[in-house]
Amino acid sequence: MGKIHIDVEHLTRVEGHGNIVLNANSGKVENVQWQVPEAPRFFESFVRGRPWNELAHITSRICGICSIGHTLTSLKATEAAMGIETSEQTQLLRRLAIHGENTQSHILHVGYLIAPDLFRVGSVLPLIGTHPDAVLKVVKLHRLANEFSDLLCGRTTHPVSMAPGGFTWIPSEKDLRNMKMRWAEAVEVTNDVAEIVLANAGGLPSFSRETEYISLTSDDEYALYDGMIGSTDTGKHPVEGYLKITNEFVVPQSTAKYCKHARDSYMVGALARFNLNSRHLSPLAKHWAGKFHLKPINYNPFMNSVAQLVEFVHSVEDSIAIIDKLLAKGIDRRERPKVKPKAGRGVGAVDVPRGILFHDYTYDEKGICRKANCIIPTNQNHNNIQKDFEAFAPTLLDKPGKEIELNLEMLVRAYDPCISCSTHYLKVKLVH
Amino acid sequence: MKPKVAIFDFASCEGCELQIVNLEEAIIDVAKLVDIVEFREAMKESSDDYDIAIVEGSIARPIDEERLKKIRAKAKILIALGACAHLGGVQRLGNRFSPDENKKEVYHMARPEDISDGNPYFKEPRHRALDEVVKVDYTIPGCPINRVEFAKVLVALLTGKKPPIPDYPVCVECKKKENTCLYTVGGVCMGPVARGGCDAICPTYGGECEACRGYVSHPHEKAQMDVLAKYGLTAEEIMNRKTMFTSRYTEKKGGE
Repeated sequence: MGKIHIDVEHLTRVEGHGNIVLNANSGKVENVQWQVPEAPRFFESFVRGRPWNELAHITSRICGICSIGHTLTSLKATEAAMGIETSEQTQLLRRLAIHGENTQSHILHVGYLIAPDLFRVGSVLPLIGTHPDAVLKVVKLHRLANEFSDLLCGRTTHPVSMAPGGFTWIPSEKDLRNMKMRWAEAVEVTNDVAEIVLANAGGLPSFSRETEYISLTSDDEYALYDGMIGSTDTGKHPVEGYLKITNEFVVPQSTAKYCKHARDSYMVGALARFNLNSRHLSPLAKHWAGKFHLKPINYNPFMNSVAQLVEFVHSVEDSIAIIDKLLAKGIDRRERPKVKPKAGRGVGAVDVPRGILFHDYTYDEKGICRKANCIIPTNQNHNNIQKDFEAFAPTLLDKPGKEIELNLEMLVRAYDPCISCSTHYLKVKLVH
Repeated sequence: MKPKVAIFDFASCEGCELQIVNLEEAIIDVAKLVDIVEFREAMKESSDDYDIAIVEGSIARPIDEERLKKIRAKAKILIALGACAHLGGVQRLGNRFSPDENKKEVYHMARPEDISDGNPYFKEPRHRALDEVVKVDYTIPGCPINRVEFAKVLVALLTGKKPPIPDYPVCVECKKKENTCLYTVGGVCMGPVARGGCDAICPTYGGECEACRGYVSHPHEKAQMDVLAKYGLTAEEIMNRKTMFTSRYTEKKGGE
């Protein structure tokens, strides 16, 4: 076996810029690395000096795909800092907004970004010609998820109707009833798409590596909007103590900021949530988990895409249930947030499509932000991707170079990384 | 021959590219009109041969400048996509601080040599708009862009027409929608001086306009001076009140 050198600059079909480098010689991996050259934007630095009512609008811009999640986490941090209470209606609408984002983001990832690998094509575009029926079903679900998010947030990308304390615009009962009907009708298409993925799931590599999984967890529900921090290794922890969980650190030989908790690395995202909270999934979601033989604790990172599909089904069913609850109570469209800014520090945590997200703000008495910290899901996964590379790459060396490259790319894509989100990545230096 | 289109991104949230994906079925029509030869967020394929380059993101470091200049040299037409490319994005607010101060605040646990200017990934990050580095032919403003407007601009370019980007204030669209003026309920809205074309989406949902599409070309001539006069404000005053997207203009006047 001779020398193998793989260098993927700016990995495609992921959000943001990442590189993969592999050097192997005589059947031995000399060096395998996941690098992130994304330009830093310094959000935590430049929100200093900005007023409390701008923070959610600014930090939403951390990520275009999970801007609803950033908005909600930001609002929760500001509310915690200033002791702002929210109504039950606000909390239910926010839970719907998360389902909107989860459905939008998950179907985008599974249908547009992962599916091309299963069919061995470069993008979804050739699939329009070869599998038009399947593509149109995915498009239909993606459109519905986006329209659902539009209804709740005013706009899917960078919400405009959410503010600290509540909503500045609230959908009508008629619109919510209509949306519920559309989701109920979409269950059949959802099942069709799940069948198609199941029929092609053999294309997902079977690779396992034991690791720690971290997500929000709750006794009452499949935790997304609220809960405690849960770990498959160490149980439950309060959200306010997140710094003891994330432990951001700098690797001496590489300089990239990583996270770790009980082991060398941990994973967040749909698979982590499934591993911790699967008992709270909706009936149809449990059915699909069974069909894919997905059981907790599953240690195959490629199954993250399957967990996303299972969560999509859960979000559809739970959205219908939440809309029923809202309609039974009746919607108060005139409810508006009332906020009196005050000094304080607050932490917000939400489990967004790619995993648990933390925002932590300190405000002065005028409501001006003086300090901020945002810990992003992809940041927490970075170290786990690297550790997976180190375990996975040696098993690939007898394959042709293109296949090795594809497998490593697929591994990163399975994490659905959101690299722009990373407010503070450094260059990973190559060890020659 | 269909024109070849390549889509690139620099420092941004990639939300504007997502709006292209969010065209849903219409993207299939777009693919009939043009050959998309590179779109990293959605496609594995890449190409150095393209007619139209659509670029999202702000330009931060010398390596970004270099990459943008190469794209400019290959493209016949270069389009700035969204507020980061047009104005420098919200991240331009970071230019209020020195690069060293930004680095210290965010990377306080790093070894100083790793984040010094000796590391090209960390060299002198200052966020700027595309047209501060290269010539830009057209701009599609907004944070994020309006995807309907994106499709219209593309069709205009393909049919040899001038892309239809409005140059009237957001108030025009807001009044058409009969929204309650936010000034009447104690708000400070950029609507009178901000460029429209967004269908006044923020005020429609109860939020103040933040001028993500920049100012109209001549705020003092075309702005809704009557609205401002009624509340005893001038265009300048409100332009200094909200700077989330518009620090490009204040920076030019000598910074905040």
